[in-house]
Amino acid sequence: MTTDGGKSQSVVEAKGLGLTFKTADGDVVALSDVNLEIKRGEFVSFIGPSGCGKTTFLRVIADLEQPTSGSITVNGTSPADARLNRSYGYVFQAPALFPWRSIENNVALPLEIMGYGDADRRARIKKALELVNLEGFEKKFPWQLSGGMQQRASIARALAFDADLLLMDEPFGALDEIVRDHLNSELLKLWAATQKTIAFVTHSIPEAVYLSTKIVVMSPRPGRVTDIIESTLPAERPLEIRETPEFLAIAHRVRDGLRAGHSYEE
Amino acid sequence: MTTASESLCMSFARLTMRNVVKPTGSLVPILIVVAALIVVWYVAAVLMNWQGMSDFYQRTDVTGVSFNQQLNDVLNAEKPLLPAPHQIVGEFWKTTVEQAVTSKRSLVYHGWITLSATLLGFAMGTVFGIGLAAFIVHNQAMDRSLMPWIIASQTIPILAIAPMVIVVLNAVGISGLIPKALISTYLSFFPVVVGMVKGFRSPESIQLDLMRTYNAARFQVFTKLRWPIALPYLFTSMKVGVAASLVGAIVGELPAGTSNGIGARLLAGSYYGQTIQIWSALLAAALLAGALIALVGLAERLTNQRLGARA
Repeated sequence: MTTDGGKSQSVVEAKGLGLTFKTADGDVVALSDVNLEIKRGEFVSFIGPSGCGKTTFLRVIADLEQPTSGSITVNGTSPADARLNRSYGYVFQAPALFPWRSIENNVALPLEIMGYGDADRRARIKKALELVNLEGFEKKFPWQLSGGMQQRASIARALAFDADLLLMDEPFGALDEIVRDHLNSELLKLWAATQKTIAFVTHSIPEAVYLSTKIVVMSPRPGRVTDIIESTLPAERPLEIRETPEFLAIAHRVRDGLRAGHSYEE
Repeated sequence: MTTASESLCMSFARLTMRNVVKPTGSLVPILIVVAALIVVWYVAAVLMNWQGMSDFYQRTDVTGVSFNQQLNDVLNAEKPLLPAPHQIVGEFWKTTVEQAVTSKRSLVYHGWITLSATLLGFAMGTVFGIGLAAFIVHNQAMDRSLMPWIIASQTIPILAIAPMVIVVLNAVGISGLIPKALISTYLSFFPVVVGMVKGFRSPESIQLDLMRTYNAARFQVFTKLRWPIALPYLFTSMKVGVAASLVGAIVGELPAGTSNGIGARLLAGSYYGQTIQIWSALLAAALLAGALIALVGLAERLTNQRLGARA
């Protein structure tokens, strides 16, 4: 399924990647000449205003959109093969839990589809729900949970099967600041515990800086990468780190990158 | 801000809630409406039959009938234009409770004949409708080529189709239950097809994308997403379908030349001007339809409970 290798092995590698949507109003360039590498174990955030192609890029990795130019590999194969190999878990903007399934059965969904055995399935559900701190909510239905808990359940669902790559598309975008802070620090712990590679789309600068080892700043029309920032923050990140000068310096650079991209607009 | 899936949860619950929440305190208004209808019925019965009774007195040279006497006669006439409620209930009672179930005079007997055709036809119609809808949803060409025929099939009056079905099947030696059930099927598959095509197409793109990331097979998408999300549509369709099935079975009995079934009862009643018999057969049909819809509603409620709808 996934190839073994050293820390530096690239999980995603895009070269000159472009994607143009054909619409009735003419062509829309969603991505233009994106060159990017995501290495094993990295936490990469994509940040930019809406229309900058960050979600599109994530969807290209997931084989939910097809690029129109350039090349991209996921785990050394094409995105289509990576999807067929079930080598990534995708967390959508909305929890997308099935309302007729209890939380444990929602987490079981990918396991059922991928044909995991019954005992294995139960063990994995337990472990995944523990990872997102949802023990005790197994029998609840989605509507009985808060928005933040629903999104955690959807993360558990993406963690339940063996995929080293986690693609997250603004998973906390619809949540309030307090819940989001909490989930961000939970996510960091989870990342440390699971050693997964995470690609994370966001439009929040503090969120991107707090979470990432690498921040990809993007700008719209055409969607492109304007800056790639390697974070100098330590691996251990308490929430208070967000008031340190180092954190603010990175946030400043992100903001600069975003502003540079915006000058095209008018 | 509600997310797409939250609103989906809600709309799912809303679809299913309708039959879960029991209305409380609505008994009084319901009874008032029923009472009002009965009053209107009695007034209508008196008005419609009064002249007929006067004519009857004249023909039989009866004179000097008091108002109260005529009112009494009108409300207990043997073949009134419009029977009064108590006459219908009386006849209904006589032909259900006071008759052996096996008797040809028993409405229970006739009701069962019609019900068996209804149930068989409804079952076939529902299965056929679901199958057709699944086929249409998975095949664009089928959507374009089948749907117009399906809709066209329902524009033909069932009264025109029914005798042909009966005659053709009779010619090949099939009579009795099957032809009637087929007419029920013809009527009941339609709401199921239309409802289930809509239901099978109701998953949101985010849910379909999710299944795609799992590399789920079409069959898995169907069983794990399209089918459960379509269930509320199924029950709504089935409620329409089961009532249509009953109509189909009754209509099927009219040209069949049979003397069994609610339809035959209606036909015989109209031959001999037995209005009370017609109305009590109608009452039986209405009660049957109500019971069938209630049964579908019960199945819906049980399913919803299992699928975690808000109580």
